[in-house]
Amino acid sequence: MTAPIYLITLLPLIGFLINGLLGRFLTERQSGMVASGTVLGSFLISAQLTMGLMTRPGKNPHFVQTLFTWIEAGDLQIQAGYWFDALAAVMALVVTGVGLLIHIYSIGYMRGDPGVRRYFAFMNLFIFMMLNLVLADNLALLFLGWEGVGLCSYLLIGFWFQDESKARAGMKAFIVNRVGDAGFIIAMVLLYHQFGTLNIQQLANAAPFALAGRAFFTAVTLLLFLGATGKSAQIPLHIWLPDAMAGPTPVSALIHAATMVTAGVYLIARNSVLFTLAPATMNTIATIGILTAFLAASMAITQKDIKKVLAYSTISQLGYMFTAVGVGAFSAGIFHLMTHAFFKGLLFLGAGSVIHGLGGEQNIDNMGGLKKHMPSTHLTMLVGVLAITGVPGLSGFFSKDEILWGAFVRYEGFSWIWLVGVITAGMTAFYMFRLLFRTFYGQPRWSNQLHPHESPSVMTLPLILLAFLSILGGYVGVPEVLGGMNHFHHLLEPVVAISPWGLAGGHEASHFMELLAMFISTVAALGGIYYAYKVYILQPRMADELRDKLPGLYKLSFNKYYVDEFYGAAVVRPLVAFSQVLWTWFDDRVIDGLVNGSAALIGSGSRLIRQLQSGLIQHYAAFILGGVIVIMAIIYAS
Amino acid sequence: MVVPLHHIIAIASLLFSIGVLGVLFRRNAIIVFMSIEIMLNAVNLAFVAFSNYHGNVHGQVFVFFTMTLAAAEVAVGLAIIISLFRNLQTSDITEIHNLKN
Repeated sequence: MTAPIYLITLLPLIGFLINGLLGRFLTERQSGMVASGTVLGSFLISAQLTMGLMTRPGKNPHFVQTLFTWIEAGDLQIQAGYWFDALAAVMALVVTGVGLLIHIYSIGYMRGDPGVRRYFAFMNLFIFMMLNLVLADNLALLFLGWEGVGLCSYLLIGFWFQDESKARAGMKAFIVNRVGDAGFIIAMVLLYHQFGTLNIQQLANAAPFALAGRAFFTAVTLLLFLGATGKSAQIPLHIWLPDAMAGPTPVSALIHAATMVTAGVYLIARNSVLFTLAPATMNTIATIGILTAFLAASMAITQKDIKKVLAYSTISQLGYMFTAVGVGAFSAGIFHLMTHAFFKGLLFLGAGSVIHGLGGEQNIDNMGGLKKHMPSTHLTMLVGVLAITGVPGLSGFFSKDEILWGAFVRYEGFSWIWLVGVITAGMTAFYMFRLLFRTFYGQPRWSNQLHPHESPSVMTLPLILLAFLSILGGYVGVPEVLGGMNHFHHLLEPVVAISPWGLAGGHEASHFMELLAMFISTVAALGGIYYAYKVYILQPRMADELRDKLPGLYKLSFNKYYVDEFYGAAVVRPLVAFSQVLWTWFDDRVIDGLVNGSAALIGSGSRLIRQLQSGLIQHYAAFILGGVIVIMAIIYAS
Repeated sequence: MVVPLHHIIAIASLLFSIGVLGVLFRRNAIIVFMSIEIMLNAVNLAFVAFSNYHGNVHGQVFVFFTMTLAAAEVAVGLAIIISLFRNLQTSDITEIHNLKN
C-alpha cells in the first residue's frame, strides 16, 4: 500500500499556510521546525512511493492520480493530476531531500532575521510549486508549478527588499523569465491545437503518429526550449541568475542551484518524445548548452564575489545538462542534474557558512587562510569542489563523463562540442580551485576586527550529509565500461525517449574509445587543478601578472562579455526612452488633452449658451416668437 | 357695403404685430400688459371675421371664451404687477431679472 501522491505536495502547502497565516504565533524555532518537518514528510512519502515503484511490474512502472477537473471551458478540459514514474521519483527525491537539508541549514543561517517566518513560508511554497512542476501529468499543471517557482524565486531574491538593488535583482529575474515563459505558453497552445490534449503521456503517445510535419515539432520544441533557457539561465537569457545571488544564500542553494534552474532540463527530458522528433531543435539545444557551459565558465574565472563564481558555475553546469539532453542522452542529463544538486547545493551552503563566519563578507579578495578557522566547512567544500571538478571516484566524474560520452557518440567522434566540453571541464577545475584556494588557503586578507568562526552544527550537519551525497551520489550510475551496472540509466530508460542516434549506454561504440575519452577529460580536469595550484599557491603573484598581460581578455571576462550592457543599450534603454515618450507626450498631451479638452469644451460652450439666460422676460418672449415662426414656416413649407 | 374678409384679416394681423412689438420692446410692465390685450383682441377680431365669413357662430363662441380668459388674466396680471412694484419699486421690466442666477 503506497501513500497517495497528493500528500507529497499537500504537506509543504500546509507548512506554507501555517507559516504564512499563523507565523506570528510561532517562535522562530517553531517556524523553522514546521517548515523542515513538512518537507521531511514529503521526502518520506516520496521515498515510500519510490520503493513501491521498484516493485511494480510493467515496462514503465508508474502511479497516476487524477485529482479534479481543473479547467473546463467548452471542449477544453484540463485535469489536475499527478504522474509518478522513475523520472518524477528522482526529481521529487532531489527536491525534497536537498530541500530538507537546506531548510534545516536555514534555521541556523536565518537566525535572528526579523522576516524568518516569511522566509520559511516562501521556502515551503517553493517546495510545493516545485513538486507540482515535477509531478504534474499535464503541461498546464506543470506550467502552474513553473510560474509558481518563478514567483517564489522573485520573492526570495528580493527577500531583503529594503535594499533597492536586491529588489531590482528580483524584478530582473522575473522579467527575464517572462521572455522564456511566452515561448512556453505559445508551445502549449500549439500542442493543444494539434492534439487536443495537454496530458504529457497522451502527447508522447500521439506525437509519433501525428499528421503535423517536422516543422511543427521543430517550432513547438524550440518554443519549449525558449522557456527552458529562461528558467535555466541559458544564453541568451542567462543574465538574471548572477543577480539572483542577492537573495539569502540558502535560497541560492535551493532555488538557483539545486532545483528550480534545472526545471528546463527536466522539461526537455519529460517531453523527450517530442524533442527527438525535431533533430534541428536537438542540435540547437546541444550547441546552446555547450556554448553556455564554456562562456559561463570563462566568466566565472575572474569573478570576485564568492556567490557570483558559484552562480556562473551553475550556469556552466546547466549548460552541460542541456548538452546532454541535446545529444539525446536524457538520462545522463538528469543524472548530472541530481549530482549537481548535491555538490552545488553543498558549495552554496559552504559559501553561506563562510559568509556567515565572516559577518557578511562575500569578496574572495578579502578572505584567505580560513582553513584552520572553519575546518568542517573547509573539508566539505573541498569535497564539493572535487566533485564538480570531476575527479575520478566522486559523483561529478560519473555524470559529467556520461554527458561527454553522449556527445562523443552523438557526433561520432571528437567533435567540436565534445572538445569544448573537455576544455570547459579544465576551466571548471581551474575556477573552482581558485575559489577554494582564495578562500581557505594562503595569507588571511580579512580585516583584524573580524573573528571568523565555524558555523553551528545545525548548519554544518547538512554540509556533511551533502558531502557524503556528493561522493556517493555517482555510484547509482557507474558506467558499464568501469564495471558498473549504470542503474540510473536503466531506471530512467522506460521514461525518456530512446534517441534515434543509438545512444544506449555506449553499446555501439568501442569500450576503448570510451575509456580514452574519459582519460582525456580527467587529464583536463587535473590540468586545471594543477594550474590553479600553480597560480594561486606556488606563485601567488602570477595571477596579477597574468591579468596585466591579458588585459583585454580579463576585462571581457570580468565584465561578463558586456551582455548586460548590450541588453541595456538594445532593450532596456530604448524601452525606457519609449516609455518616457509615452508618458510625456502620449499620456500628458494626448490622454490628458482629451480629458481636459472635453472639460474645457463643455465649459466654454456653456459659457456661450449661458448668455441666453438673461432673465429678461422679453427675451424669452422673443424666443417663443421665433420658435412659432419657425414651426409655422415648416408647416407652410410642407 | 360688405367689408372684404382679407381687409379685416390684414387689420387683425396689424393689431397682432403691434401687440407683439409692444411686448418685445416696451419697458413699462403696464404697456406690455396692454400689448398682450391688443394681441388677444386682434385674435378676437379674426375670429369674428371668420364667423361672419362662414355664416356660423363658432368663432363668436370662441370670442366669449377669450374675453372671459382675458378678464381673468387681467385680474391675475395686474395683481402680479402691483406686487412686483411693491417689492422692487419699479415697473420697468428690464430691471426685473430675478430669473437669472
